[in-house]
Amino acid sequence: MPRFGMVIDTLKCVGCMDCVVACQTENDVPQGFCRDWIVTETRGEFPTLSLEIRSERCNHCDNPPCVTCCPTGASHVEDFGKTVQVTANACIGCKACISACPYGARFVHPKGYTDKCTFCLHRVKEGKDPACVSVCPTHCMVFGDLDDPKSAVSQLLNSRKHRTLLPEAGTKPRVFYLS
Amino acid sequence: MFEITTTRHNPLVDPVLSVWSWEIPVYLFLGGMIAGMMVLGGLNMLRILKGERPEGFFSVQTPVLGFVMLNLGMGALFLDLAHKLYVYRVYMAFEPTSPMSWGSWVLILVFPVLILSALIRLPEAWPWLGDRVPALRGWSEAILARPGLVRALAWLNVLLGIGLGIYTGILLSTMVARPLWNSAILGPLFLVSGLSAAAAMVHLVSSLVPGHPAPRSFLGGALAMLVQPLGATPPEPRTAVSLVRADLAFLAIELVLIGLLFIGLASSSASHVAAIDLLTSGKYATVFWWGVIVAGILVPLVLQALELGHRIPHTVIPALLVLAGGFALRWVMVGAGQASHMIAATGM
Repeated sequence: MPRFGMVIDTLKCVGCMDCVVACQTENDVPQGFCRDWIVTETRGEFPTLSLEIRSERCNHCDNPPCVTCCPTGASHVEDFGKTVQVTANACIGCKACISACPYGARFVHPKGYTDKCTFCLHRVKEGKDPACVSVCPTHCMVFGDLDDPKSAVSQLLNSRKHRTLLPEAGTKPRVFYLS
Repeated sequence: MFEITTTRHNPLVDPVLSVWSWEIPVYLFLGGMIAGMMVLGGLNMLRILKGERPEGFFSVQTPVLGFVMLNLGMGALFLDLAHKLYVYRVYMAFEPTSPMSWGSWVLILVFPVLILSALIRLPEAWPWLGDRVPALRGWSEAILARPGLVRALAWLNVLLGIGLGIYTGILLSTMVARPLWNSAILGPLFLVSGLSAAAAMVHLVSSLVPGHPAPRSFLGGALAMLVQPLGATPPEPRTAVSLVRADLAFLAIELVLIGLLFIGLASSSASHVAAIDLLTSGKYATVFWWGVIVAGILVPLVLQALELGHRIPHTVIPALLVLAGGFALRWVMVGAGQASHMIAATGM
């Protein structure tokens, strides 16, 4: 069984937001909400500034606090790909998972249930990449099975310097950033 | 310079997490107070077994009040839910890693225990109902005639009360994403604060209209059932004194636990240290220091100590302050806790 993850090359990302728009279109994300977003970090003093642009989303953590705190099991780890998913009609809208996520990846859908990035599991089951990955004009995002040493994501992680967001939270995120 | 910009703009998440509004502090306060009332009531219920008359004891009064307040608290909790029609799903699963799941099931057990405990007093406290449902008197007498049942009820009150009082703090403390909450002190702090609020509430209601027979009318009886001690004579002075003494201890322990919370935060990671700022500056600081610490703990501590020393007369002012402080603690912790967040230790 695969264990899906994503690798994002911050040296290639230009912050065009194609991934954001593709996600909103593909997943019918309600207006005013987003499942993925762009973060820009600027450091240093002019003129020696350094810039990093990241496309962020749910990290589909290996140790997801949103799943352990859910009182109904609506937030769960899907067998296929070990991704973190929400079953809308099991969610009571208590919002504990939203508080528990260190990444701010979740929100209350206008219909009442918690919503977030699904890694486009419906596309992945058809053998396609998530929508955000498929539209990226700089090909900075790569999706695949982290447990398969031959996959593109595994090879990138083996060959490039990388990090995850807030590793100190102990959540073991599965979205990796190359730098 | 270190600047972060984000295109994320999700309502209730950005710029500061605010998914929980007034409903959660109201529930946490009422739930904590009911939990404290169950513990105090359960311990005092054991006095009935030692041959003391049940009428005047708050142990048989608090379940009625607790039951009504529990419904109010659960109502607030329900109002908070964003997907209300699916609330039943809580009781179609037990998730052992979720403190909210544990709490939901504890609440289900609390209801029958409170109802059974309330039955001991109900027909006498609300004569209108007692006259119309004679079976209530039978049940009341049947419970009192079985010491084993009263003892079991007493201990169930104590154990479930501790569970109800501590789970809310544990729920918040398990969230690594919220450094202000992420302390094991929070569970005991909420429990002791609930015990303190319970002692204050029972003291308050037992001081309102003591020494009058219960009104026989429908509405008068219903209201008196909640706030009036039973019997033709006021509660014994030692009841009030024991409540004040207990509250003194609870308030002192609460103060120590808040001190430990600060020590824990100050000596932990950068994220935890930053969380302290939410209580020392900004919109929560005034309510925390003046509402929770000064008006809610220090002033009642001093007033109640003076009352016990017979330097000033007994009043309900300390009880009112403790109740206001107990709510303020929940309001501050829920609001400031959501605003606290992890700070990235590593740069790009």
